[in-house]
Amino acid sequence: MLDSSGTVAPPLLAVEQLHIVASGKPQRTLVEGISFSLNAGEVLGLIGESGAGKSTIGQAILGHQREGMAVTGGRILFAGQDLLRSSEAQLRRIRGKRIAYVAQSAGAAFNPALTLGEQVVEAARVHGLMDAQAAREKALELFRRFSLPDPEQFFLRYPHQVSGGQLQRAMIAMALCSGPDLIVFDEPTTALDVITQLGILQAIAGVIREAGVAAIYISHDLAVVAQLADHIMVLRHGRRVEHGTTGQILHAPAHAYTRDLLGAERAGNRPQTVQSETAPLLTIQSLSARYHHQPVLHGICLNLAKGRTLALIGESGSGKSTLGKVVCGLLAADAGSMTLEGMTLPSTLRQRTRDHLQRIQMIHQIPDNALNPKLLIGDQVDRALRTFTTLNRDQRQRRVMALLDRVGLDGTIAQRYPHALSGGQKQRVCIARALAAEPELIVCDEPTSALDPLVARDVLALLRQLQQDTGVSYLFITHDLHVVKEIAHDVAVLCEGRIIRQGRVDEALGAPLDDYTRRLVEAVPQLRQDWLAEMTGYTSSSVSTAAPSPLHAY
Amino acid sequence: MPALKISHLPGIVGLILFMAIGLFAPWLSPHAPDQVIGMAWDVPSALAPLGTDNLGRDLLSRLIWGTRTSLSVTAVAALIAFLAGTTLGFIAGVCGGWIDQLISRVNDVLMAIPTLILALVILATLPKTLGVIILVLGVLEATRILRVARALAADIGAMEFIEVARLRGEGLVWILLREILPNALPILIAEFAMRFVFILLFLSALSFLGLGIQPPTADWGGLARDNKDGILFGIWAALIPGAAIAILALCINTLADWLLGANTRAWGARHHA
Amino acid sequence: MFMALTLPFFGRATGRNRLTSMIARRLVAGLLMLLAISLLIFAGLNLLPGDTATAILGQSATPAAVQALKLQLGLDQPAGWRYLHWLGGVVQGDFGVSLTSRENISVALWERLKNTLFLAGSTALVAVPVALTIGFVSVRFHGGWVDTLLNLLTRAAVALPEFFSGYLLIFIFSMSLAWLPSNSSVQVDMPVSARLMAITLPVLTLVLAVLGHMSNMTRAALLSAQRSSYIDTAVLKGLSPMRVLWRHVLPNAWGPIINVIVLNMAYLMVGVVIVENVFVYPGLGQYMVDSISKRDIPVVQGCALVLSAVYILLNLFADAVALLTNPRIRHGT
Repeated sequence: MLDSSGTVAPPLLAVEQLHIVASGKPQRTLVEGISFSLNAGEVLGLIGESGAGKSTIGQAILGHQREGMAVTGGRILFAGQDLLRSSEAQLRRIRGKRIAYVAQSAGAAFNPALTLGEQVVEAARVHGLMDAQAAREKALELFRRFSLPDPEQFFLRYPHQVSGGQLQRAMIAMALCSGPDLIVFDEPTTALDVITQLGILQAIAGVIREAGVAAIYISHDLAVVAQLADHIMVLRHGRRVEHGTTGQILHAPAHAYTRDLLGAERAGNRPQTVQSETAPLLTIQSLSARYHHQPVLHGICLNLAKGRTLALIGESGSGKSTLGKVVCGLLAADAGSMTLEGMTLPSTLRQRTRDHLQRIQMIHQIPDNALNPKLLIGDQVDRALRTFTTLNRDQRQRRVMALLDRVGLDGTIAQRYPHALSGGQKQRVCIARALAAEPELIVCDEPTSALDPLVARDVLALLRQLQQDTGVSYLFITHDLHVVKEIAHDVAVLCEGRIIRQGRVDEALGAPLDDYTRRLVEAVPQLRQDWLAEMTGYTSSSVSTAAPSPLHAY
Repeated sequence: MPALKISHLPGIVGLILFMAIGLFAPWLSPHAPDQVIGMAWDVPSALAPLGTDNLGRDLLSRLIWGTRTSLSVTAVAALIAFLAGTTLGFIAGVCGGWIDQLISRVNDVLMAIPTLILALVILATLPKTLGVIILVLGVLEATRILRVARALAADIGAMEFIEVARLRGEGLVWILLREILPNALPILIAEFAMRFVFILLFLSALSFLGLGIQPPTADWGGLARDNKDGILFGIWAALIPGAAIAILALCINTLADWLLGANTRAWGARHHA
Repeated sequence: MFMALTLPFFGRATGRNRLTSMIARRLVAGLLMLLAISLLIFAGLNLLPGDTATAILGQSATPAAVQALKLQLGLDQPAGWRYLHWLGGVVQGDFGVSLTSRENISVALWERLKNTLFLAGSTALVAVPVALTIGFVSVRFHGGWVDTLLNLLTRAAVALPEFFSGYLLIFIFSMSLAWLPSNSSVQVDMPVSARLMAITLPVLTLVLAVLGHMSNMTRAALLSAQRSSYIDTAVLKGLSPMRVLWRHVLPNAWGPIINVIVLNMAYLMVGVVIVENVFVYPGLGQYMVDSISKRDIPVVQGCALVLSAVYILLNLFADAVALLTNPRIRHGT
């Protein structure tokens, strides 16, 4: 990059051989030998799974390490100054002023006791960049740019009074208010649904373009990063796997791991299609239900056939989890009926027989919470066998081993406690436990949402295989369209407690589409660089200040 | 078990020492606790290493026997409080609904009254037998444990593995004993230790006011009461039982520290007052 | 705690109204609680086995004398009627007549209450600033030797029973050093200086009793607020430690801190019973314990009720503070 005199200008940020370790008895290396440079106005994407070290690097750029971490080598040069060797006072002059940080969870980042406005302008005021009036003006301007409703009122609101999506945008406004040269975005849209995510991506893209701010965008979602980044670095276990321009990474990845990540997103996997029409397993008629006294489901009618997977898709708050709970009997329905293989299925657990309980099993979203931390893995699977089979102790032992083996786990896992396992392993244990009952239907409540993309892909493959082998049916709840395409034969779209579309995946998600489903389908980021630009027409014409719709609650 | 640090050691050793003294009192005590061996408030001598009390009885012997009385009464009361409080608290926390409302509201009313006042009111007219005292202490302290147990059960009960147990058709007893209790145990034990200290202080206060353990049975509070007049004459005899209580309380605090040390998941922490 | 009791009586309100309705709910609950306690106290003292008249006159009294005393004291009336009669009197400020002195209890009760409140108030004046200071200093030097030392001392203070610390202080300051009186009998016409000297030791004893818990909780509240993620955000904005403490930590910590302080003030209502006994201070606590030994039931009833009422009032106040300092509730949804 050449400056005005024609000589090469030094980069804005230069990271050289960064080494970070976690202090502890066996010292763990978190980041090893990472180097990259960033020029003004450039965007670098840091891609990796959890534990890859991306957040650690992101925070290190602000000269900040979380408790228990220490930098053991390297330099971080920002505008010529080594941040790792600067004093706290020097770092304070840079943080919030020249380098800003946007955290993953906006809810945790804002102080509940102060107004949003005060927090947004705080950095600009404290660093003496502008007076109160000017800072407020700038904040309001940013609120308007991010399509936040009624900016003047928003300024006076408290964090708990606004939605998650609005908070996230407020956080970006907070970072921009002081006009920094560099912003570190730490997974800012990970916790949000696709439609909110789209709005925020557009806001970020617009702002970066106009203000010429450099940025580091951290995420595990390649499709999202591809929209914003000029070049991408792939990380794994704290080491650099690959580093190149976005185009290179997307179209000509050099490393197998990168190809893996791309493959996980491209989703070439499909569920096995069942040839003939099969008998219905679960039928739901005109079901209505409440959750915490609020009506959530209205007149649900569903059909799930044997050996097939029905995906239930919807945004958060659409009632899909509630429906899953009703099917399992954890929540009582207000009206309507359910039948399992033609026989009535009682609404509550108490009314159900052991036979009913055995035939419907459930897998949860967060495997950490679905396993009792104080019991051995083997014992937990064994308990399921004791309840639902008549095997004696030796037979059960063997069956436990067989089940663990079937889900791809080593038998020694049975003697360990849940905290010793990884997220993917824990989820496999949960699947094994569900299989122990030899059920006909498994309700899967977003079982891969909390897992890394590659791990999730493997778990989905396992589920597909199990369906092929045992003929079990899945009621698969998810908010991710990619997952729907990978696992489901049929799909039902849920919006505000009503099913607005149902049918085979190709048909239900193909044209002609109703408004809602179309928005849902289109908001999913695709693995090409120009996708976001295409979407610009999308918001300005349909969503922004239009009539209130369920989608505009953010 | 969390890691044992050097700083925890003195407290735990002290605790074991106290328990040993209470257990082996009959063999450790040089004299019988109500045997008069000298004049009132004699200076320490070979016969009475800590001197005598207001009636000429050996202070050391009374102290040793007092340890036994204080600790055993406290232990039984604490056990009652723990069992009642944990059982009811767990049921309230897991079942929710009207059961929870009923148990919680009755508990709230009992907790709203300052314990000492209520105990004084009850013991003012009732015969002050050991049974009554233990029951009063146990019931009043059970209210505190109930609150903690309920918060724990509610926190743990919200976890999905409880849902999994329900989906297996497990009954309430199984869920409480095999799913919730093992996860609640570390905090419950620490709470038990704290309650033990409070019951001990409570019992001693009652005895000091003359409404607890009745003379001539020795307990720490009673010993303080017996000898309190000596203070005005420069006799420090009344300070000894108080010092014993303070030291024991510190030891138990150390135990609670150790147990709570490596608590990885803070169940119910935000409810814990 | 108070809230659940009145849930069915108050509907949902919004914003500012929600706050006032929540506080109103608690007031009503507090009154109901007091009513329930008055019942418990009355039942505890009057319905339990043991003949009061015989207890007063002694075992050797003649049946005729016992019967006469019973009629005189109104003990022949049914318990329910006696309870309502007592309650009715209390509401009007009349607590009945003492069995031993045959005088109106209300006068003595009021005098004693003033003395007790004076003692408790003086304790609060000393204990609160000291506890806050210890809490802040511990956090400022968190992890250092100052923190560890203060932690140890406050822990030790909590473990001390009041009759130990009280007599210890007497031993040191009255007997050995003769600086302060061991007997804290205060009279109505005492000059302020003499009064203050008389209550110094009891106040010190009470301060030791509550200091530990208050400073410990102050420290805990500050540390907990400091560990929140929004503090990380504040640090990453380049704010100075002073500003982080003042603008971000404190607004979230002072709610729990005040709550703990008020709760400890409530505890003082219990602590005074022992301390007044040790120092022979003419307060409500000593009045109550004395009357128990003299079997003067009406006095015990009255004292218990008044002490409980102050205790409940302070707990209610603590609850209200917790509500007011919670931004979600103060500013509505």
